[in-house]
Amino acid sequence: MSAFASDEAARVSRHLLRRRRWRPLEIAAWLAPPALILIFPSRALLINEILILGLFALSLDLALGFGGLVSLGHAAFLGIGAYTAGILASRGVNDPLLGLLIASALAGLAGLVTAPLVLRGADLTRLMVTLGVSLLLGELANRNAWITGGADGLDFTVGRLFGVFALDFTGRRAAALYSFVVLFVLFALARRVMRSSFGQSVQAVRQSRLRAGALGVPANRRLIAIYGLAAAYAGAAGALIAETTQIVSLDIFDFHRSADVLLMLIIGGPGYLYGGLIGAAIFVGLRDLISGATPEYWEFWIGLLLVALVSVGRERVEAALARFARRPYLTRPGEAAP
Amino acid sequence: MAELLRVEGLRASYGEAVVIEGLDLALADGRSLAVLGRNGAGKTTLINALIGAVKSSGRVTLGGVDLSRLPSHRRARAGLGWCPQERNIFRSLTVEENLTAVALPGPWNLARVYAMFPRLEERRANMGGQLSGGEQQMLAIGRALMLNPKLLLLDEPTEGLAPAIVDELLAALKRLAAEGLSMIVVEQKAAKILRFADEAIILNRGAIVVRAASAALIADEGALHAHLTAAG
Repeated sequence: MSAFASDEAARVSRHLLRRRRWRPLEIAAWLAPPALILIFPSRALLINEILILGLFALSLDLALGFGGLVSLGHAAFLGIGAYTAGILASRGVNDPLLGLLIASALAGLAGLVTAPLVLRGADLTRLMVTLGVSLLLGELANRNAWITGGADGLDFTVGRLFGVFALDFTGRRAAALYSFVVLFVLFALARRVMRSSFGQSVQAVRQSRLRAGALGVPANRRLIAIYGLAAAYAGAAGALIAETTQIVSLDIFDFHRSADVLLMLIIGGPGYLYGGLIGAAIFVGLRDLISGATPEYWEFWIGLLLVALVSVGRERVEAALARFARRPYLTRPGEAAP
Repeated sequence: MAELLRVEGLRASYGEAVVIEGLDLALADGRSLAVLGRNGAGKTTLINALIGAVKSSGRVTLGGVDLSRLPSHRRARAGLGWCPQERNIFRSLTVEENLTAVALPGPWNLARVYAMFPRLEERRANMGGQLSGGEQQMLAIGRALMLNPKLLLLDEPTEGLAPAIVDELLAALKRLAAEGLSMIVVEQKAAKILRFADEAIILNRGAIVVRAASAALIADEGALHAHLTAAG
């Protein structure tokens, strides 16, 4: 390699390293969940739910925030993951990590297979197609009660993690920590992928498919790949739901699951990886808080929050927060830290 | 000199509206061609048809490779570097990411692009959306160079830019032409582009009405003016 070429390689690697570096506030934010789980074990169930829904929202962020692929049926992959882990456990394959891996792989495969359908047409078509796939899978699960348990649901027992940590109701803290580790590993992977040249080209495709194509980026292949990755992440979230509750029912495919995760992403903001996690924390936290006071009307207040958010504009809220906290950990991909 | 680009019977349309009909064109390797003409003559459509961004028929070969049936991204990988009229830089990526996102192996790399446009190196960590018009144009050209193209397609690169920036850009394009990079440059300002292009064509209603060496057109400014104003 010539001196010129090696200098070039060093320059690129320095740039990529700089982009991948974890910032102090980011590290602090990641230390909070395990600390909260250990300090408040009675809230481990709630934190576990936030972590799993955060992973689910992260998966939608990959498809929508980065790939620009809107979906109203993301629960399809959540359901595939949950039922895969549940069915495996009910048939004796009850190692949680193995179940998680297989569930995630199957959901990813389903994402790759259905991606060409999603790529056809514009946003409205995508909404219909994704919703249709989710309804289809829900009905398939309903009809095949011999393996899914049908309307009665499927209950099973998951083995101990590494043969030591129980993930059932006797081990809520271990379950929440397990979900946290899975979320962190998958987040770190997503962070790395989206900051690689692959991730940059996916963002280029989102901004203009035609333009990116004319610059040599195979747009459809990039979108299929990111949709498959998003589906795999949703499958992992589904597996975590199954393994930490040890029951799967048909409502995993319900429309409200897809709608809720979209709301979480809208609340947190798409396109910078943290939006889904923040949205899930706000959504579940508010639901817990408000439903304690008015159990029947908590959705009213969530609805009001959304209307307020849209009316005020998230950018204004973000700008105010940025001024207050100078939050470099919340910068969008590629955005220079303030 | 070996032939690089050959276009035969090119027809390009937007829906029912046919903009280019039966256009033939050839360009030798290492040569630069200016495409002139009034608004609506089909200059941008010609570039878009070459890159595959508009529906077209006819035969386009680059270095002997038939591009006619290839999608845009394969045409780009075959050696067409496109620098669109609207610049279209990726606003949510940094300058450096705009360059690395599309890079293909070859002699053009970050260091060489930065050497060509030092201003981009100064702004490497800025978002694409934070750049001035001139910087965006430099980035669009740099990004096209990162594809290591055999033929660079530039669509009105000086449009809307301040005179000082135009001079800076034209100097860069002149250096590229002097290095032997083949180029097709669409431009309204004939006088500026003819200073470095080897030859030029004038389009009228999607057909070539004049093809001549740049020097000949510069020498006969009256005739050039007549062609550009009479066209249409």
